[in-house]
Amino acid sequence: GLPSVAFHLCGSSQDLNEDLKQMLESSKDSAKLDAMKRIVGMIAKGKNASELFPAVVKNVASKNIEIKKLVYVYLMRYAEEQQDLALLSISTFQRALKDPNQLIRASALRVLSSIRVPIIVPIMMLAIKEASSDLSPYVRKNAAHAIQKLYSLDPDQKEMLIEVIEKLLKDRSTLVAGSVVMAFEEVCPDRIDLIHKNYRKLCNLLVDVEEWGQVVIIHMLTRYARTQFVSPWKVMVDEYSENNFYESDEEQKEKDQKLKTTYTMDPDHRLLLRNTKPLLQSRNAAVVMAVAQLYWHLAPKSEAGIVSKSLVRLLRSNREVQYIVLQNIATMSIQRKGMFEPYLKSFYVRSTDPTMIKTLKLEILTNLANEANISTLLREFQTYVKSQDKQFAAATIQAIGRCATNITEVTDTCLNGLVCLLSNRDEIVVAESVVVIKKLLQTQPAHHGEIIKHMAKLLDNITVPVARASILWLIGEYCERVPKIAPDVLRKTAKSFTNEDDLVKLQILNLGAKLYLTNSKQTKLLTQYVLNLGKYDQSYDIRDRTRFIRQLIVPNEKSGALSKYAKKIFLAQKPAPLLESPFKDRDHFQLGTLSHTLNSRATGYLELSDWPEVAPDPSVRNVDVAKEWTGILGKPKKEKPTEKFYSESEEEEDESASTSSSGKCLESTAFSLPGKLCLQNCLVHK
Amino acid sequence: MLPARGAGPAGEAREELSGGGACVESTFGGFAPAQPGAAAAMIHSLFLINASGDIFLEKHWKSVVSRSVCDYFFEAQERASEAENVPPVIPTPHHYLLSVYRHKIFFVAVIQSEVPPLFVIEFLHRVVDTFQDYFGVCSEVIIKDNVVVVYEVLEEMLDNGFPLATESNILKELIKPPTILRTVVNTITGSTNVGDQLPTGQLSVVPWRRTGVKYTNNEAYFDVIEEIDAIIDKSGSTITAEIQGVIDACVKLTGMPDLTLSFMNPRLLDDVSFHPCVRFKRWESERILSFIPPDGNFRLLSYHVSAQNLVAIPVYVKHNISFRDGSSLGRFEITVGPKQTMGKTVEGVMVTSQMPKSVLNMTLTPSQGTHVFDPVTKLLSWDVGKINPQKLPSLKGSVSLQAGTSKPDENPTINLQFKIQQLAISGLKVNRLDMYGEKYKPFKGIKYMTKAGKFQVRT
Repeated sequence: GLPSVAFHLCGSSQDLNEDLKQMLESSKDSAKLDAMKRIVGMIAKGKNASELFPAVVKNVASKNIEIKKLVYVYLMRYAEEQQDLALLSISTFQRALKDPNQLIRASALRVLSSIRVPIIVPIMMLAIKEASSDLSPYVRKNAAHAIQKLYSLDPDQKEMLIEVIEKLLKDRSTLVAGSVVMAFEEVCPDRIDLIHKNYRKLCNLLVDVEEWGQVVIIHMLTRYARTQFVSPWKVMVDEYSENNFYESDEEQKEKDQKLKTTYTMDPDHRLLLRNTKPLLQSRNAAVVMAVAQLYWHLAPKSEAGIVSKSLVRLLRSNREVQYIVLQNIATMSIQRKGMFEPYLKSFYVRSTDPTMIKTLKLEILTNLANEANISTLLREFQTYVKSQDKQFAAATIQAIGRCATNITEVTDTCLNGLVCLLSNRDEIVVAESVVVIKKLLQTQPAHHGEIIKHMAKLLDNITVPVARASILWLIGEYCERVPKIAPDVLRKTAKSFTNEDDLVKLQILNLGAKLYLTNSKQTKLLTQYVLNLGKYDQSYDIRDRTRFIRQLIVPNEKSGALSKYAKKIFLAQKPAPLLESPFKDRDHFQLGTLSHTLNSRATGYLELSDWPEVAPDPSVRNVDVAKEWTGILGKPKKEKPTEKFYSESEEEEDESASTSSSGKCLESTAFSLPGKLCLQNCLVHK
Repeated sequence: MLPARGAGPAGEAREELSGGGACVESTFGGFAPAQPGAAAAMIHSLFLINASGDIFLEKHWKSVVSRSVCDYFFEAQERASEAENVPPVIPTPHHYLLSVYRHKIFFVAVIQSEVPPLFVIEFLHRVVDTFQDYFGVCSEVIIKDNVVVVYEVLEEMLDNGFPLATESNILKELIKPPTILRTVVNTITGSTNVGDQLPTGQLSVVPWRRTGVKYTNNEAYFDVIEEIDAIIDKSGSTITAEIQGVIDACVKLTGMPDLTLSFMNPRLLDDVSFHPCVRFKRWESERILSFIPPDGNFRLLSYHVSAQNLVAIPVYVKHNISFRDGSSLGRFEITVGPKQTMGKTVEGVMVTSQMPKSVLNMTLTPSQGTHVFDPVTKLLSWDVGKINPQKLPSLKGSVSLQAGTSKPDENPTINLQFKIQQLAISGLKVNRLDMYGEKYKPFKGIKYMTKAGKFQVRT
């Protein structure tokens, strides 16, 4: 309450508040305005101005429009804390809701619904209902915004609010569309039944909706489409897809062929793709991304490529936009390399890029690497490795490793390059190279004795624990290839054991165990010495491992059946690690979402459903107006012919896709949609 | 998949869209979420944070979010070595912080639930653009001085966290930008910044244009500005080069003019993005820009010139930078010269280069212009000015390195800035500009310019 707040204020600010109160009660508007400006200044700085509530609220009906506005700002901030006093202002807004001027009505509704005072819920509900049938689309837009506010204040109003949403969804104004879809997404995203009848209208209005509304509508329609249409992808398997799931399975293939002949895209599905495409030219990055994700999730794979150019264009934008767009491109480029291959050079790194942008570009370059471009890429990577930004240089070495495993032609080249880096002056670079070389050698250890020897020599100088551990592991694993060096390495590291990092100690133990099993004559004593050191180590892990190894390799009467297999256990052929992109499989999150960026489910994330096996009844999207019309003609249209017609126009569309003029699009829609509706569509488009 | 972080029942109550459309009943009918609105609204709050980590402005569009949420941001800021490496998206236990960094200010938006991150980021940039448009510059001082206008503008830009009016034409109708004269008048007479006429722009079919525009001199200026992004390798050959262009307009025309602008060679434009005023369909079918312009300054078009066209590189850099092992002295010599300039003068040339950390100082002599080496940031910048083809500008001298350290791995990259007036390097040419819908004869002007974008020379 008030007293406690006042208590916290020190003397001077109390005086200040007294001053402000007096000014607010003054008869002069200029004094009041001055006071309000100072109060807003306090709010902006995060200072508490709640004590002034009674004095401020009196001015809610001021004739001076700026005073009034500032009072509104104040009210929205403090009404929640001063509910009783806030009620004093309500009647002013109720009066304004009836004002003949639409802008005054709208602003009254806006402020009224922003006052988070539960007791006025019924008043708000009533105001929203009335505003939703207002003649002014601007007032109706504000009603749509108010729905969300009321819902968060009192979720019990849900059912009634859904009724209002249903009504506003039918609205034909572009001003309302974005706002009501936003309300729909907040209040009842599961009620897709409300969308059916409005689907075609939303598709057709889309181009003319304001940009923020476009984003919201496109995301909603993406989810909608995934529940209503069948997948356009299966049929493309033979022709376009890079992954040949079914190649081995002849029967499946036949089945696919059959599918292919029967698949025709639902005309409503096509309508969405066609009407969102021009928005790739929006200046708003969020709109472009929204269309890109829609094409990714909904378009036939052969068509998804049209979004690449626009996404690459966004890379010219601010670093934050680049960051998000690059993340999405990274996910896309794993599955469909072809989309971004032509733009390879757009992802070349500049020394002035921030590190996070550099690493994302590198990620994409790695994803795009193939036999044809790898030599160019490797040359480019050479520059990156020398970068002053060492974190980035290290990431480049990892990237080279990935290229080497993915493209067998260059494995040796990469390996040699990495070996050269071992003599680099920077320890981070050397360490990273060691780690990557270790992984590469595992994939083909056969003829790399020389490299292993080379790395053994490095051990004297290199101090980074991961790198030391990697070298030791390598020598242990392939000790039979370097029979002379391995025992010597063990001798040296046994000496330094106590000063090593835990990671390195574990690998010394491993090395000892493996040597003991293959060359016990030379290393028995050494290994026992190391095991003794490990036994009394400070780390639980190391003591544990020591005990485990000793039981396994040193035969005694207690040792169980496992000892016999010790060699098999330690020196089993191990699968080489897969060098994978961190963006692999990230597209189980809808692209363009916060969850995708974070790679974890964000609060309120709405799952994108899988395509249905069989499409739900498409007639639910037919609009009543149309029914009447066909009714009058006495020719009730059957489903089949319509579909056939659509698919034909569909093919035409595709053939002339690049040159198809908007007029043509309109024509095909016009013919396929029943008369009256199409006329309206045409009007909307113009 | 990870469990939803901090998902209240409101979040969990969300369902997947079920097929068919039969789900009329909400499964969670009578279930009241414990935290109403936990999953609601887009932008909850905005905090402005300066370089030294002070929050100097906060604005909430819903319930107040404590400013302690910014602690997560400060942590991330500390971890990142430089401001530009602070991640734009930071998850915290109950919120998500999305930020943009411009004019040395972090604009941090607080989000409570799933939202397309670009939506928020693009909006934040729009806020900065609006401030710039209103106050000429966007800085902490200016924002603090105009806190009331800033607050009023922010209030209009978002309603309950959802963008409402983001067109500066509309905003300026709602809240007049401060001018010196108006500030003086306001103080004397107590009149206001708030428009006293009710704004009608929001209601019109062209929401980007204010109504009732009147000028005595009707003028329309278009600037075609192209930027060359390029990476040039050691030997002077081009690794990658692209041209990105914009057409910025300043239109001061009375009434509701309807303009069309056509090009001699529209095929050059490979990829374009438009101001919302441009009619998509007209462009698709005729390659003509047809639009009712906003009043004042705006960006009509951004474009990319198709990659197939060879990009003319107007300047070259000859460089000889060498460090030797065991010596604490290095050699530094660069010369800048004109290449494919179509007979125009290259001016406003500026060379910057980030030197390796081990460089202590540089002793250099320029043949023209001035140069500075900052021994703390290790940044060398040389303000060259105009290039005279008869007497090429050069910068020569020695580099002193920290004794005892080995020579740097990488030679520094050279970044170049330059300007060429009256030239669009792609060859793009405006054919004609016509006006319909109004009777008067406007003055029309077109200007061309080419600049360096991200132009780097590797050495």
